Amino acid sequence: MILGGLDPLFLGDAGTFEMLLIVILKVLVAFSLLLVSVMLYIWWMRKFIGAMQNRIGPSRAGPFGILQTLADGIKLFFKEDLIPNKSDRFVFKLAPFFSIVPALLVFCVVPVAGDFSGDGDGTVTWFGNETFVQVADPHIGILFVLAMSSIAVYGIMLAGWSSGSKYPLLGSVRASAQMVSYEAALGLALVAVLLKTGTLSTHDIALQQSNGIPDWGLVVTGFVPFFIFFIATTAELNSPPFDLVEAEQELVGGFHTEYSSIRFALFFMAEFMNVITMSAVMVTLFFGGPGGYYPNFGPAWLWGLFWFAGKVFVFVSVFVWMRGTLPRPRYDQLMDLGWKVLIPLALGWVLLLATLDVFDDRGHGGWLTQIFVVLICVAVIIFFAALLNSAIIKGQRRRDRDGEEAFG
Amino acid sequence: MSFLNFFKGFVVTFRKLNHASQSGKVVTTSYPEEKRNKPARLHGRHVLNKYEDGMEKCIGCELCASVCPANCIYVRGADNDPETPTSPGERYGYIYEINYLRCIHCDLCVEACPTQAITETKLFEFSFMNREQAIYTKDELVVADDGKPVHLPWEDWRPGEDQHTSEWMRATSPSGSADYVGQIQWAGELGYGIREPESGQHLQEESEPLQSEGTQ
Repeated sequence: MILGGLDPLFLGDAGTFEMLLIVILKVLVAFSLLLVSVMLYIWWMRKFIGAMQNRIGPSRAGPFGILQTLADGIKLFFKEDLIPNKSDRFVFKLAPFFSIVPALLVFCVVPVAGDFSGDGDGTVTWFGNETFVQVADPHIGILFVLAMSSIAVYGIMLAGWSSGSKYPLLGSVRASAQMVSYEAALGLALVAVLLKTGTLSTHDIALQQSNGIPDWGLVVTGFVPFFIFFIATTAELNSPPFDLVEAEQELVGGFHTEYSSIRFALFFMAEFMNVITMSAVMVTLFFGGPGGYYPNFGPAWLWGLFWFAGKVFVFVSVFVWMRGTLPRPRYDQLMDLGWKVLIPLALGWVLLLATLDVFDDRGHGGWLTQIFVVLICVAVIIFFAALLNSAIIKGQRRRDRDGEEAFG
Repeated sequence: MSFLNFFKGFVVTFRKLNHASQSGKVVTTSYPEEKRNKPARLHGRHVLNKYEDGMEKCIGCELCASVCPANCIYVRGADNDPETPTSPGERYGYIYEINYLRCIHCDLCVEACPTQAITETKLFEFSFMNREQAIYTKDELVVADDGKPVHLPWEDWRPGEDQHTSEWMRATSPSGSADYVGQIQWAGELGYGIREPESGQHLQEESEPLQSEGTQ
């Protein structure tokens, strides 16, 4: 395995015309691919949920209603664009772009295809230039994803604040609290992967998992970080069941109540685009990215694309399945899950992995020591879980007592 | 374990994907192409019936107009010409208009009518281009020579949907009394003769599976 670091396209001579062409081509393809896949995802989501609710879903526009999203988009384009009188007009217009631009940018760092068959180094040769099949592979790699998902909070917060209306404001307050608290769990689950791979570059992370399922991040990090990451991602995406941000029963539409026309469409496009990109990120981190079984015929990078698209499809379908199944938790339940379960669990798991790594490095890598370490860690986890639990119960009792004193 | 119950929901929704099973049966009707069976006593637009000899049943008594809670019926009676009478009695409905922008399809006019002249069909799928079209006059309301309602260009029917034009009247007449169930208390109709009494309601019929286009 060759751990390249930067895209080999930029390692050679100074910029040539082909390099420029390749970069522009990659940007265009990634952009249009993402837009088309969002269109297909929304269609698939509506069909799938429809099937789970004894309906048939969209069926009029195009074969199987596949052009329904396009029709909705065109309709939204031509609708009247309302800006409320009490809104902060500049911020109101700006906010949708804070949502959509990070959603588009995150996809840039995801390795979409390439030869990840175990022997290959994940590069392809186009026009005589070796390159990665991803728009960019910066050194900060996966941190870029975290940074962008943090910026997306601004989009929602500013949208709610600038609307000059109470429900959007409540929705955006919920959104910022929810996204900030789940970002911690998200980051800690990510740390587990980074501990094991030792690199931030998404390409290298994918490459290290290309030898087969035992090398996948899911197995290497011991399953738990994946589930934490998955739940935290769902909360981060404001996707059901964690869609308290736009809880219709309570907040009309949440942060986008005052939005109409194409600005509204941008918010929704960003939301669904984020589902796809975060699925892609999860596939990259935990499921080997484009890695899989590579038959001997056809270009290898195409097989990479096949496996990648297949895995992402499975993930977005799981998101849809959750959307069609789970009811929304209460807000305090959401916060409890984030702060009292996911963050301690993620933190503890990172410590466990780090301890095992340190013992490995010091040459105590035998299975006996490992079991010993795990046993100690389990004991510590149980001790602290009990501590946390008793603290929670004590706090609850105190609140109950205070309530009794206050109200007789 | 309550934790496992959490996953039972996923099984429930997954089973729904199998449309062949009972719980996964699709309930959607692709409306304009296929229509559901209409309930036996659906209130649609009205018709003015004729006797079997082609005489109009309406006698211009204006009871329907006076009972109408929405004030949508306008009737004027006139004396029959003794040589060529329009209806069997002394008078007939000279002008008869129903404004469908006002009509609430309560069927009080049908109950008030002493001669069963006005009844309701099951046709309700019509959309007007202007207000004039919404006012149905005698030209539109009186049944054609075969006893069937006149098919107006803005009404959407399938063949067979115009069959049941006097169900509500037969269900309630007279006075909805159970003593009269199964007893024929009405005159014959042009094109149909004396209609059979309604055979009571079947719960089974209501939940019949969907039928495809044009069946009744």
